[in-house]
Amino acid sequence: MSTPVDFLLWVRGPGFDIALAVFIIGILIRLLEMLMLGRKPDYAEPRGAELGAGLRTLLTRTLPEQGTFKRSPFTVVGGYIWHIGFFISLLFFVPHIELIDAVIGLSWPGIAGNLIDAVAAVTLVTLIAMLFSRLTHPVKRLLSGPEDYLSWLVTFLPILTGYLAYHRMIEPYPLVLGLHILSVEILMVVFPFTKLMHAFTFIMARWYNGAMAGRRGVQS
Amino acid sequence: MSEATLERGLNAFREQMNAPIASFFSSCVNCGMCAEACLFYTETGDPKYTPINKLEPFRRIWEQEYTLWGRVKSWLGLSRPVDDELLQAWEPLIYDGCTLCGRCSMVCPVGNDISYMIRCAREGFVAAGYAPDGMKNASRRAVTIGSPMGVKYPALAAQIKHVEADTGLSIPMDVEGVDYMALLSSMEIMNFPEYLGALARIFKQAGITWTLCSEAFEATNSGIQIGSSDIAKELVNRVVVAAERLKVKYVISPECGHAYTAIRWEGPNLIGRPYHFKVVHILELLEELRSSGRLKTEGFEEARLTFHDPCQIVRKGGVLEQPRNLLNMVAGDVVEMSDHREMNWCCGGGGGVSAIERAEALRLKVFTRKKSQLEELNVDTLVTACANCRLIIEEGLEEYRMEIPVVGLTEMIAEHLVGDEKNE
Repeated sequence: MSTPVDFLLWVRGPGFDIALAVFIIGILIRLLEMLMLGRKPDYAEPRGAELGAGLRTLLTRTLPEQGTFKRSPFTVVGGYIWHIGFFISLLFFVPHIELIDAVIGLSWPGIAGNLIDAVAAVTLVTLIAMLFSRLTHPVKRLLSGPEDYLSWLVTFLPILTGYLAYHRMIEPYPLVLGLHILSVEILMVVFPFTKLMHAFTFIMARWYNGAMAGRRGVQS
Repeated sequence: MSEATLERGLNAFREQMNAPIASFFSSCVNCGMCAEACLFYTETGDPKYTPINKLEPFRRIWEQEYTLWGRVKSWLGLSRPVDDELLQAWEPLIYDGCTLCGRCSMVCPVGNDISYMIRCAREGFVAAGYAPDGMKNASRRAVTIGSPMGVKYPALAAQIKHVEADTGLSIPMDVEGVDYMALLSSMEIMNFPEYLGALARIFKQAGITWTLCSEAFEATNSGIQIGSSDIAKELVNRVVVAAERLKVKYVISPECGHAYTAIRWEGPNLIGRPYHFKVVHILELLEELRSSGRLKTEGFEEARLTFHDPCQIVRKGGVLEQPRNLLNMVAGDVVEMSDHREMNWCCGGGGGVSAIERAEALRLKVFTRKKSQLEELNVDTLVTACANCRLIIEEGLEEYRMEIPVVGLTEMIAEHLVGDEKNE
């Protein structure tokens, strides 16, 4: 890897393959180790069905409970902004769509680059604000450990490097593009071993919560 | 209780691990929003009472033994172990600082059922010997004497005499083949015997055949609260054996929150099989009698009323509409608290907290949540359906010099029965 072009070729080739393998195999192992723990049978006579209540909770938890929203508006609004911003940048930036098309043959219309640029900027600022909140809010500061800050960092870097690459703020271009791809690969490798896994396991968690409450006749 | 050791505690944590708990721990992003749902945090402002923080020892067991990366970290010596020191430090959080009210489980954005996890984690704490003395003693009395408050059958028999004299009705005891077997909580026997009188009067009007059982009249279950499945199973089993021996069709859970959780939801799983009878909460039965026209009342309460939802009966028990329908039957001016039904705030004494002497100051401190809810309403009377809530609220109101009488819903219904001699 003597030149930026060599670096770019590596991260686009073997680097990406390694990251993708760790990402997929890691997630599968994590999901299996959870599901294989199973659940004991419940002999209490149910008042309601699990399935419908579980699925409803899976959807309803996307919106905050009113009182909680009033008590922690920053966490709720900030959480929405950066999650939505992250996924818009990931899924609607034209070069990203072209990459996905090349890999799995699926494509959809993109959003203009300057709009994505604005979204990414808002996302970056929001993530910085969320980090500040984590460092200063007594509850979040108490709960947070190295894993929380690592998760923040590996989420922040792909957007930052993407922003830098889009604006050609680091020269030469192959270097900054390579750094962007590398940061995504770091995210993919770290993902299965940290709480970033919530992106998948929240489906199980919400379903179990809703199902267990639904059995008792309560919509949680 | 067998001798408690750290090893037993760790094994108890492991026995509780399952797919829901693993998915809950795995999903938590430490957003801290559960703190805002917990009266121990909102009323003290102390971040240590954040619900998910109360689970740190259990979380470590999960991470170190049930995750790929955690096992690698342990193997490399990078993990902080769960030891006596940690459990001792967390005991006041998981017992004194949690009423198992389940409000946190309603707000977690990733869907974690945190109060369920705390219920499970208490198994590890008590097995390791880290449970408050007040709860240990209550459990010991429940197992050896038959009641957490030490109420023996003669005490009940004495109260029955008073109730019979008061109502002119006889209280059936150990009658085989009737439809319903009623249970009582010790608090109802000692502090609120009016509940038993109300049952007798309502059942007479509705033509219900029922009985008490001299060997299994206690509904409360300290094992559920302290987190000992062994004790909980033994206590549930007494009721099951009695009900199946008397061949009743239904067992009635009284106006007590956790008793309902114990006998209705956890009981069959503790004994490992479904019952040969059904369990109904007294409010479920009363509502059934109301809607089928067998419960007839007259007149309305003049006072402005509100209903305090007992967590284990409403949010965790699914008895939501019944108390409202019943209250509207006998009261004209009923107002709801700002957070009610499944989002109600706990009285502060559930989950065994009322049995912990050292927790009294904290319990009165967090009562400020209920206090401010009541101040918004300007009500004359508070109605509830849990003897423990009732006692805790009475203590709280006294502490803050608020003069609001607290009444049990079943008694209030009985006061309005049509054709009841006592009401004539």
